[in-house]
Amino acid sequence: MTLKIKQDHARFRDIVRGRIKRNLKKYVQKGEMIGKKGKDFITIPVPTIDIPHFRFGERSQGGVGQGDGEPGDPLSPSDGQQGSGQAGQGEGQHILEVDVSLEELADILGEELALPRIQPKGKDRIVATKLKYTGVSPAGPESLRHFKRTYKQALRRQIASGSYNWRKPVIVPVREDRRYRSWRQVPLPETNAVVIYMMDVSGSMGDEQKEIVRIESFWIDTWLRKHYKGLESRYIIHDAVAREVDRDTFFHTRESGGTMISSAYKLALEMIESEYAPGSWNVYPFHFSDGDNWSADDTRLCVDLLQNRILPAVNLFAYGQVESPYGSGQFIKDLKDAIGARDNVALSEIADKDGIYGSIKTFLGTGN
Amino acid sequence: MDHKTQLPAHLHDIRKRVEGYAREYGLDFFDTIFEVLNFDEINMVAAYGGFPNRYPHWRFGMDYERLSKGYEYGLSKIYEMVINNDPSYAYLLESNMDVDQKLVMAHVYGHVDFFKNNFMFRHTNRKMMDQMANHATRVRRYQDKLGVELVEDFIDRCLSLENLIDYQSPYVKRRPDHPEEEGERKVAKGFKTEREYMREFINPPEYLAAEQKRLDEEAARKRKFPERPERDVLLFLLEHAPLERWEHDVLSIIREEAYYFAPQGQTKIMNEGWATYWHSKIMTQKALDASEIIDYADHHSGTLATHPGQLNPYKLGVELWRDIEDRWNKGRFGKEYDDCDSFVERKHWDKRLGLGREKIFEVRKHYNDVTFIDEFLTLEFVLDQRLFTYGYNDKHQRWEVLEREFKKVKEKLLHMLTNFGQPLIAVEDGNFDNRGELLVVHKHDGVDLKLDYARDTLKHLQSLWRRPVNLVSRIEGRGTLFRYDGKEHSDRRVEL
Repeated sequence: MTLKIKQDHARFRDIVRGRIKRNLKKYVQKGEMIGKKGKDFITIPVPTIDIPHFRFGERSQGGVGQGDGEPGDPLSPSDGQQGSGQAGQGEGQHILEVDVSLEELADILGEELALPRIQPKGKDRIVATKLKYTGVSPAGPESLRHFKRTYKQALRRQIASGSYNWRKPVIVPVREDRRYRSWRQVPLPETNAVVIYMMDVSGSMGDEQKEIVRIESFWIDTWLRKHYKGLESRYIIHDAVAREVDRDTFFHTRESGGTMISSAYKLALEMIESEYAPGSWNVYPFHFSDGDNWSADDTRLCVDLLQNRILPAVNLFAYGQVESPYGSGQFIKDLKDAIGARDNVALSEIADKDGIYGSIKTFLGTGN
Repeated sequence: MDHKTQLPAHLHDIRKRVEGYAREYGLDFFDTIFEVLNFDEINMVAAYGGFPNRYPHWRFGMDYERLSKGYEYGLSKIYEMVINNDPSYAYLLESNMDVDQKLVMAHVYGHVDFFKNNFMFRHTNRKMMDQMANHATRVRRYQDKLGVELVEDFIDRCLSLENLIDYQSPYVKRRPDHPEEEGERKVAKGFKTEREYMREFINPPEYLAAEQKRLDEEAARKRKFPERPERDVLLFLLEHAPLERWEHDVLSIIREEAYYFAPQGQTKIMNEGWATYWHSKIMTQKALDASEIIDYADHHSGTLATHPGQLNPYKLGVELWRDIEDRWNKGRFGKEYDDCDSFVERKHWDKRLGLGREKIFEVRKHYNDVTFIDEFLTLEFVLDQRLFTYGYNDKHQRWEVLEREFKKVKEKLLHMLTNFGQPLIAVEDGNFDNRGELLVVHKHDGVDLKLDYARDTLKHLQSLWRRPVNLVSRIEGRGTLFRYDGKEHSDRRVEL
């Protein structure tokens, strides 16, 4: 049963998010509850909307309390009206914020950017099987013998044949009495996906650029996770050579040196071909760079790799070009000319942090 | 009386037992129907103010979210909920232990006895369950016809004015039953006399002139609109604002519900105290099994816990009831006791009158929070319960304990309770400046209005009145007239 109030609740959530009735937005207050999760204190945001009334100013009012304290003593910070003071200092307690869940976040993202739902590729083809015990049969391995059913069968036979003595109820099953569990194979459509993040860590990529990549990849992760149960993420960094790293390294490495983008594409291709067979995986390579490749030859090699090997195997190839003071930004133009028309390619230029929003829309707006 | 009830057998048995105990103690209540709900349902019903069905509005969703999150994270849980209705409905949380259900039932019978007998509830609609469903249907119908947004926006504006009702009006006659007809100007005739020559002496011209002036003034007052300041602003709007029919209906729904809920706010301390008094009496003297004592004590003490900055109505209430019972049992009241100066003597005062039980039953009938505190909050009680006043210290930027003096505490407490802790605002003139504008006046009693809220509320008032609206109040000691003409706010100094 869905409760009537869910409608009211959905409407309230929409107001808080500012989607409807923006005139109420200014009355939204960030209330919170302090809870405990294991050892940590957590704050649980409970926004409220305070419809304006004729009412007294809070500070001029005060009230009556009960308990210890001499005149002039402060009330402890959590008492009294909420929002009345700064957070306590030196408490030594760690307060984490539990905000919206990732699932909810993905929903908000989807709504905000009007993202289409992803159609997992080859849903019908990608099939895993699962055993399901569905019945009993008179033949099978001993390890699956069904004791209760076997016993019943033997009892039935003995009663029918008159060999059952209720004073001395001994049941001896014979071979024909034995019953075994039987199973059936149930096909389970499964949608697996892998995201391969590639990033240029050559000298021209600064901290700000990496921050942009980090933020953007977080959102991409969140969105894809909503659509795929088992999402794997792989990380490749490259300058003139590429190597696979873990997530932490991916975001924190700073290398210097030249840029050979083809090295990353080669590694990604290797990865796809050896581990993520396109028949059973949804593959998402995302590449971030400042667009400054070593040579035109290497760019040609990249285009070739993409066109003939990578693009046929993946759901979406996305290239995000982060603007940096050093990069020439030529690469995206070359890509646009060569493969810009393919429908599983998304290219975007990210000028600064504000550009992330538009870039995510470009990347995920294709619905691939 | 037995009802067709959904209660599982063991709860049914508990209910019968607890009800029996409650009657033995002399509680007098409506039939009470208990429903068992799961946490989601109980959160919903709680968000709806205890009713299973309300008109659609987002603020119920807001309350629901707060309750659900509190429950999910294990911070809060609704134990008990009961509505003032005949028969009364009360809700039990499915997952509670039996000892909790027992406690809740005992508590609920206390509330229902209070609803039935306290004078503040005499005018409330005892078929509110049906009426609420009726309201919901009406609002839904308007939403279907006119659109959700339009109706909801209007409700928002009405809710903003919701507290502008006359909390005393159900108990006082504010208007004459038969308003006088308007007539011609009355002429002062003076005293009757047969003797022509005495006339000058019996009715000297100065007297006649004064009399005439009085009559004219009275007539002028009658021409004023409203005749006397109208505290029920919502009623005034219903009667005189150019509302459309559906708007009129929605506003009257909001007003009716506000009046229905008002007595519960005005007797919070008494009512919660009374119910707590009775659950503890019934539980400890009759209903508890030995195995349940620890859990009972734990939950009971949870209900009565106090925090420095908050006043727990359960705690204050139950202690006051017990104090009253004790005082009337021992005869610690009246002139003789009041005049006694000896602290020691007062402390050991006991006349063994045994009037306590009788007294509290009488008090539960004839008092509300204001009169209850005014009459029964004593110096000893304030000291004993360690009550204090607090306020915001601008210099230290923090909330501080202010005073522990009996008089100050009582004054503050009464002030908080008077008019529900709401500012007193009345319609002074419905034809202000002879331009059809509305003038409302805030009767300032020491605390300023919250200005930004006041301005926004004024805006909502204007949207109902259509013509410009004005509010007179005192801000930082000076009389100010706030005006909103439908486009912009302005304010100017006025003499009060």
